[in-house]
Amino acid sequence: MTQTDLTRLSAADLSAKLASGEVSSVETTAAHLERIAEVDSEVHAFLHINARAHEVAASIDARRAAGEELGPLAGVPLAIKDVLVTTDMPSTSGSKILEGWMSPYDATVVARSRAAGLVPLGKTNMDEFAMGSSTEHSAYGPTHNPWDLTRIPGGSGGGSAAAVAAFETPLALGSDTGGSIRQPAHVTGTVGVKPTYGAVSRYGAIALASSLDQVGPCSRSVLDAGLLQDVIAGHDHHDSTSLPDAWPSMAAAAREGATGQVLKGLRVGVVKQLQGEGFQTGVTQRFTESLALLEAQGAEIVEIDAPHFEYAVAAYYLILPAEASSNLAKFDSVRFGLRVTPEGGGTVDHVMAATREAGFGPEVKRRIILGTYALSAGYYDAYYGSAQKVRTLIQRDFASAFSRVDVLASPSAPTTAFRLGEKLEDPMAMYLNDVTTIPANLAGIPGISVPNGLAPEDGLPVGIQFMAPAREDARLYRVGAALEALVEDQWGGPLWAQAPELRAGKGVN
Amino acid sequence: MPETSSSPEITPEVVRHLSELAKIQLGEDEITLLTADLGQIVSNIAKVSEVATPDIPATSHPIPLQNVFRPDVVGDNVLTAEQALSGAPEQFEGRFVVSAILGEEQ
Amino acid sequence: MAKAKLMDFDKALELYEPVLGFEVHVELNTETKMFSAAPNNFGAAPNTNLTPVCLGLPGSLPVVNEQAVRYSISLGLALGCSIAESSRFARKNYFYPDMAKNYQISQYDEPIAYEGEVEIELASGRVIHVPIERAHMEEDAGKLTHMGGSTGRIQGAEYSMVDYNRAGVPLVEIVTKPIVGTNEDAPEVGRQYVSIIRDMVIDLGISDAKMERGNLRCDANISLRPRGQEKLGTRTETKNVNSLRSVERAVRYEIQRQAYILSNGGSITQETRHWHEDTGETSAGRPKSDADDYRYFPEPDLLPVQPTAQLIEELRAQLPEAPTLRYRRLKGEWGFTDLEFQDIQNSGLLTEVSATVAAGASPQAARKWWTGEIARVANVQGVEATSLVSAENVAALAALVDAGTLTDKLARQVLEGVIAGEGTPQQVVDARGLAVVSDDGALIIAIDEALAAQPDVLEKIRDGKVQAAGAVIGAVMKAMRGQADAARVRELVLERAQA
Ligand SMILES: [Mg+2]
Ligand SMILES: [Zn+2]
Repeated sequence: MTQTDLTRLSAADLSAKLASGEVSSVETTAAHLERIAEVDSEVHAFLHINARAHEVAASIDARRAAGEELGPLAGVPLAIKDVLVTTDMPSTSGSKILEGWMSPYDATVVARSRAAGLVPLGKTNMDEFAMGSSTEHSAYGPTHNPWDLTRIPGGSGGGSAAAVAAFETPLALGSDTGGSIRQPAHVTGTVGVKPTYGAVSRYGAIALASSLDQVGPCSRSVLDAGLLQDVIAGHDHHDSTSLPDAWPSMAAAAREGATGQVLKGLRVGVVKQLQGEGFQTGVTQRFTESLALLEAQGAEIVEIDAPHFEYAVAAYYLILPAEASSNLAKFDSVRFGLRVTPEGGGTVDHVMAATREAGFGPEVKRRIILGTYALSAGYYDAYYGSAQKVRTLIQRDFASAFSRVDVLASPSAPTTAFRLGEKLEDPMAMYLNDVTTIPANLAGIPGISVPNGLAPEDGLPVGIQFMAPAREDARLYRVGAALEALVEDQWGGPLWAQAPELRAGKGVN
Repeated sequence: MPETSSSPEITPEVVRHLSELAKIQLGEDEITLLTADLGQIVSNIAKVSEVATPDIPATSHPIPLQNVFRPDVVGDNVLTAEQALSGAPEQFEGRFVVSAILGEEQ
Repeated sequence: MAKAKLMDFDKALELYEPVLGFEVHVELNTETKMFSAAPNNFGAAPNTNLTPVCLGLPGSLPVVNEQAVRYSISLGLALGCSIAESSRFARKNYFYPDMAKNYQISQYDEPIAYEGEVEIELASGRVIHVPIERAHMEEDAGKLTHMGGSTGRIQGAEYSMVDYNRAGVPLVEIVTKPIVGTNEDAPEVGRQYVSIIRDMVIDLGISDAKMERGNLRCDANISLRPRGQEKLGTRTETKNVNSLRSVERAVRYEIQRQAYILSNGGSITQETRHWHEDTGETSAGRPKSDADDYRYFPEPDLLPVQPTAQLIEELRAQLPEAPTLRYRRLKGEWGFTDLEFQDIQNSGLLTEVSATVAAGASPQAARKWWTGEIARVANVQGVEATSLVSAENVAALAALVDAGTLTDKLARQVLEGVIAGEGTPQQVVDARGLAVVSDDGALIIAIDEALAAQPDVLEKIRDGKVQAAGAVIGAVMKAMRGQADAARVRELVLERAQA
């Protein structure tokens, strides 16, 4: 196989070829590193490349050669969002305050990926501390959307989504606090899953908002996402909020879904509040077409009213900053990370304040100040307390919806990828990007984004989101894989086959 | 969200006080900018109180669990002093070093 | 710092009623920390008892120590509290370099234990019921060492060093309600309350309770109100009053200081104050202000603690006797006078005396050794009596005296050897050759020599003037270098004189 062919393979296909000995992990890893060398100067999906990737791949090959029984993803490359701490690569969470910081421990998901034989290629770019929807808030410069380098790759996990979309890796890890896996998947024509809160350990994921954060997979197919979720999910005693449940195989669910049988009699709810005004024409058009496809296969489409969803963004932008203001207090120049001493010295107070001034970008400061306000004496009840009540109301809306339908569907985001810089000066406009993805985080339920076409007006990718009740992640993989099979049938191949070629040296600003 | 007017609660003094609580030094221009941004954001998100009536309980955890404990046994993630100090901006004889503290012990 | 003017204590109490409140922090002696599986032990090399959690490293998460929860429930029950059906943790946010995350995980509106009462009995026999508001779980902070400037003080230091070993050690904070009606007993109430808490946690086996190590730390809130006034006065919070004697002195001092200010038309500033052990004074600390905005919110990384009724009853069944009840019982069982018993309590040695009696010593002997010679040596050496010698060794020492192997004077020498680490009392006796000479033969030789040297004494004894024997006994004891039983010598002297 050529190197290009290797980078186009799905993780599932790579897995089969690695197992049969048709290709080696060393070849596969080299092909992806080559691709990164070719295109990442334009895409800027990676903040750090693993110098030992080749070595790790060689050791997997050696173990396989020695007859060792290896997991399905052994030898497959993996990109890791920089929010996850790693012992062999710096972990910055996209922030200057952690520039060059080496963690003395691995995040649980990283440890599990290593144990499963995945080959870490590097760390991917992200909005600083995962605060953003465009990856423009990275302290290390923005990532560019491989479909159109002048556009955003989504955020905060723009690096992971772009790396997958640009064939720099078949798989990547992301984190989703309000849509940071699903919205980048939507704008890059890839698959992203936010598992049920607690399905995947948060130990070693640099916290943004503890009650919303969830780690999940990014890939180019539903099956690949399922294979990765099978590796990273499961109980972890280092995370109190980790669910003790035994999980069915998500890969098996995806394979089952691809047969299409699951759609007969499936009740699909369409939330009134997650469509209409504010949604781009092409996004709505592709969504409507996908519903028709599902219906044609025997699914029943049900209109759902979720009256409190209109308060979701407001509640989210109180809960997130409040928790983040506390989570980010540890970046104080004492034990790790940047230290800035004011001219002429100063007390530890001055050093901390100067460090945080220099080390945090504008969006991080904005949210820390907002969260500090929401928690401060006299405002708690009106803001943070009320937001937590809205959370209850949104959970009730979901409970009522799921009493009538098996899954909910919505466009994954209101628009296709916007231009870099377009919303940078308007935080509120940026925040509204996550209107479709936020409710799932507030309620803790799982969500998946699957590519369902290109918007006719701009030729950019569009995704459809499915949501299921808590713990029903497998249902999402079934339904997601079913729709994926239907649309790919129509297109005669995956959406990514329609992506423009990226050529090395093509200048971008 | 059509609302774009600023919240009257957010003044430069409020932002300055918040920056002290949050230990972020801010320049005057940053304070001006943040006052405007925060005013706009707060006026958009303040509506949560419209539906948050007293009879509705707060949800702090999306998936309810309780009594999650660990046994009182030394774990597998204890760091060596070298590891603990590996990221320290400044250290001396096994301890982290910080500038003088103004004030008193808590 | 100008010396504060004080009002005479009795005068102060004529004019004002003191209202007390205490916050006592108890460090639990679990194997590991409150939220991290790092070792919880005192005296380890700096920054060696840490996991990513104690250091607040990015990505780290807390997990609650089950044993700490059980200990907290037991303490709550011992304080007569109700145990919350559901309690939860909260974050208390403020920046300080000894606090790794810059928030303390504590409990706020839903503490594990609430509404209790502790009975204490004063020397006078007066009984006081101290109302307990709550007991909650939280984590300790690391330790700062201030360098440069003057002698480790925070003021004037050039820089500070942080050891996070203590960060995350489990704490229970016990908060009283305002304690009214103590009047002139206020200082003793303070001391006795802290003493009871100390005995309680020792009896429960949940804390080492060494105040000098900070296992038990007391903040004392004191306010005065004019006699007859309902409204509470402005209070001060004196931090880290860390010995029983200091609690008593600090309460007395603050009453006198506040009374002077109030009676001269001044007003009390609500502030924290520092206790200075050396001068016996308090000094002004940080004023309470708007800046004390801790932005408490429920800790999202932890889940509610909801102990089952079964667990609570299991722990209740294991509770030791309440300290005050035990004091009454022991006083009766041991047949002590009020004064003798107070002697023990005042020296904080009840646990040791109890253990010594349990090890076989008579109550009187146990009391005498602990409050006498051992307390004296502790005082001279400036250490806690409990650190000098074990209850078992004291009981063994008393047994040697009872058996006539040692005189009191010899026993004191043996104790000195035990304290010096020379082994058990028996080992010291053997090694130093300190046993009483009980061989009558050796004594008779010495007696005969002494009688021969003092013929006039022999005459007097024979004439029935028995008291004259003293001179001979003295000479014999001197010849035996004290290693003889004086009573036996006396018997033998009288015998030989008549021979
Ligand atoms: Mg700190
Ligand atoms: Zn406390």
